[in-house]
Amino acid sequence: MTGPTGITRATLLKDLRLEWRSKDAINSMLFFSLLVVVVFSFSFDPTAEESRQIAGGLIWVAFLFAAVVALNQTWAREIRNQVLDAYRVSPAPANSLFIAKTLGNFIFVSVLEALMTPLLIVFYQLRSIGPAWQLLVVAVLGTWALVVNGTFFAAMSLRTRSREIMLPLLLFPISIPALLAMVQSTTAILNGEGARFWIVLLVTYDLVFTTVCLLLFETVLNAE
Amino acid sequence: MKRAFPILGILTAILLSYALYMALVWAPTERTMGNVQRIFYYHVPSAWTAFILFFVNFAASIVYLIKRKPAADIVALVSAEVGVVFCTVVLVTGPIWARPVWGIWWTWDMRLTSTLVLWLIYVSYLFLRRFSSSGQTPALAAVLAVLGALCVPFVYFSIWFFRTQHPQPVMGGGGSIDPRMLHVLLINWLAFSCFAYLVCWSRYRLEKLQRDVDQAQALESLMAPRGSAR
Repeated sequence: MTGPTGITRATLLKDLRLEWRSKDAINSMLFFSLLVVVVFSFSFDPTAEESRQIAGGLIWVAFLFAAVVALNQTWAREIRNQVLDAYRVSPAPANSLFIAKTLGNFIFVSVLEALMTPLLIVFYQLRSIGPAWQLLVVAVLGTWALVVNGTFFAAMSLRTRSREIMLPLLLFPISIPALLAMVQSTTAILNGEGARFWIVLLVTYDLVFTTVCLLLFETVLNAE
Repeated sequence: MKRAFPILGILTAILLSYALYMALVWAPTERTMGNVQRIFYYHVPSAWTAFILFFVNFAASIVYLIKRKPAADIVALVSAEVGVVFCTVVLVTGPIWARPVWGIWWTWDMRLTSTLVLWLIYVSYLFLRRFSSSGQTPALAAVLAVLGALCVPFVYFSIWFFRTQHPQPVMGGGGSIDPRMLHVLLINWLAFSCFAYLVCWSRYRLEKLQRDVDQAQALESLMAPRGSAR
């Protein structure tokens, strides 16, 4: 018998191993966010000063769109061989699966962000006026906000028609406050202003939505 | 119950025409804005009605998640649908008023933005209901409704802070409201609430009938002898 943490670990390791061998999610996310960054650069043609003003928005929009690519693949793999059905009839707690999937997506999107950051700095000549370590805090909190809701909504849109398009339709409206907080705090830090309110808001958002997702995931998993 | 429906319908019609008369004729003309201000009697009651309906949606969704009664699901669906309609009325009448008064159709002001986000959240709820084909749509929709409702305070709070950092647009002065205007406003709100209730009611009956018919058809196709289907 494996406990809840054992199940989480097993699922997470399996997902990481699959990703390590195929590199499907990370490659498509990287290329996608690269495209967004390039397209933005052509659309706005910013100077170094301007890009500091718009960078917060640009970075997070690129990551948000890229994350949707990975999130859409999260559950698709489990449907193919009726893995989800097997999971449903097994006595394993639903939340172990949810936590494993969320952590997996969190790792993927964090890797993407780590790889994209040097590129963004080069492309947009970014230099932070405020303390740069705060950006790391915002990145962790913001990524978690996107990923926890994203994993949840991806599970929700599994049973819908055209589920690939359903995920952003559900995720974006609910993520607006989080996105606003991420963008505003990033911009504030880059420009050397305080971002305390936004970070507190992000923490609250993360706490509330993580709790609610954990409470309601079983309903979503069993819905078919 | 069945007889109450036409009675309520007639009452609502009378109330709506009375409210129309009050708003367009009886209410005093606003000093600076003139007659344009009268759209306020439609704009504000619609907003209140929409917010109430969204709250009903939230409550009905929670009831559904706990008790799993189909009636709660229908109430949630109906209130979201009618709420989105009223919210659309708010978002359309707002710019019509804003153009002559502020000189612009739209501004990313706190209230406008948060109402728009609210509208987006509930439209995505209706999208889920439309695209979800399984028999578990009610449960999924109820989950989304709870998440959406929880998001509302975050929306207000974040946009409030976002907007107080920026210069405020010229608002149509705070000040006190003429008691006659308030009177007209409340009558309009009453009329709109009755109307919303009426629409919800008939939509509820329609949805209920639709589900009964679907169920009966499904049952019939199950019961029919195999040979006759060919």
